[in-house]
Amino acid sequence: MSKAALCSDRVLLNDWHVVADLTNLSSDEPFHTRLLGADLTIHSRGRYDKEVVRNDTGTLVKSTKRYGFLWACLGKPERDIVFVPEAEEGDRHLVTGGSIAVRVSGLRAVENFLDMGHFPFVHTGWLGDEPHTEVAPYKVELTAADELVATECQFYQPVASPTAKEGFIVDYVYKVIRPYTVALYKSNPVQKHRLDVITLFVQPVDEDNCVAHPFLCYLKEGIDEAGIRSFMQLIFAQDKPILENQVPKRLPLDPRAETPIRADAVAVLYRRWLRDKSVTYGAIPARM
Amino acid sequence: MITLYDYELSGNCYKLRLLMSMLGVDYKTVPIDFYPGREHKSEWFLKINPLGQLPVIDDDGLVLRDAQAILVYLASKYDPSGTWYPRDEAALLGEISQWLAFADGITGTASAARLHDALFYDFDVEAARVGAHRLFRILDEHLWFGEQEGRIWLCSAAHPTIADIACFPYIMLSEEGGIPRQDYPAIRRWCDRVKRLKGFMVMSGVFPAGPAKAA
Repeated sequence: MSKAALCSDRVLLNDWHVVADLTNLSSDEPFHTRLLGADLTIHSRGRYDKEVVRNDTGTLVKSTKRYGFLWACLGKPERDIVFVPEAEEGDRHLVTGGSIAVRVSGLRAVENFLDMGHFPFVHTGWLGDEPHTEVAPYKVELTAADELVATECQFYQPVASPTAKEGFIVDYVYKVIRPYTVALYKSNPVQKHRLDVITLFVQPVDEDNCVAHPFLCYLKEGIDEAGIRSFMQLIFAQDKPILENQVPKRLPLDPRAETPIRADAVAVLYRRWLRDKSVTYGAIPARM
Repeated sequence: MITLYDYELSGNCYKLRLLMSMLGVDYKTVPIDFYPGREHKSEWFLKINPLGQLPVIDDDGLVLRDAQAILVYLASKYDPSGTWYPRDEAALLGEISQWLAFADGITGTASAARLHDALFYDFDVEAARVGAHRLFRILDEHLWFGEQEGRIWLCSAAHPTIADIACFPYIMLSEEGGIPRQDYPAIRRWCDRVKRLKGFMVMSGVFPAGPAKAA
């Protein structure tokens, strides 16, 4: 990859980002990646110690492990890693879904994750099918914790999850937790009153590239980890070519840049929320 | 019943699902945690395939590895029309084998570039892309000259063979490895023909063809 522009958004520099699935790190070979435009090398010293080094300065980058991932912060961490309460529940599989690199801004990946309108067309036969294409109105609000939450989202899905035996109307809740972190709660097909949770930690590689690191907290009943990963990758790999063909690769924050429809209510608020936080990395800032 | 040890994102697993779908053969799959779990290198899987590779099938106790070999087996056993792998046509069998080997070349280049770009495999991606373009150029010319002579499939037959199935997946997925197909119009037309075959199914990253235009 060619050299990339470095990030100057404080909110991103002083936050934690996933830089690797620990499963992908071997103690024999260093692992190369990039975060917010800065090339990084990850060294494994034995099985447990990981070191993240910036290639441009040779300095050590703050890093820590959580949820099966290695995390790094290029600046001074102003807050802790996102807390996933469901990860404390004993009857759930906690699975890294398989990190996949995508040639698009991570903000585009987050917005795509929030979109139900594409289900019947991109995830045909799984998360949607024709003629069930309408996105019913749903609620979106900004919470006191400064998170964006979309509730009352409903969609008919032929195969909503690895354990689904038939199509049903699935209840969704979406939560945008940080600029590059988004979570999805959806009804479990076996215990319909409980929710499976997928948190998507998006690594801003540079402005036009990202790595999607899904973290899944699925109820264990009737499913194994290989089945969860297989389903997650099946779905995400359907999104990947669509994402990589989006033009422009960065997310335009100007309200006049792309015309939303009612189903995009959460995306409209997401873009506004990014503007309010002065997030510019991976975005095309609004004209003043 | 056939059991396929399967990984959804593998083009080599997909080509078996594709042929079985076209032949109308029932099968079940066992998902292998290929990525990131590397289950294909686990002790239990190495007992099934010491090469540690997917796909593998188990057909009532007959265990076979290697996508191309399995295509040969499936077509020989389950194709009543005898067209996908015509056992009595020596010249055609030779051609098919030639393109099956070519398909392995596509795996070694286009698929390697995709694994590098999407799943962080430590490969020489530039070499893989150059290698894939070289193969695509050869294939595109072969298909273009075929079209001039009225041959629309890889081999000299009026119908598709397993050679077409073997080469199709990693060509369709090439853009994920940074290998565009803009410069290969005959390949693109051939891909659409494959997509319009009866029983065609997609995998993640492969989309169905639109309706054909009337001539």
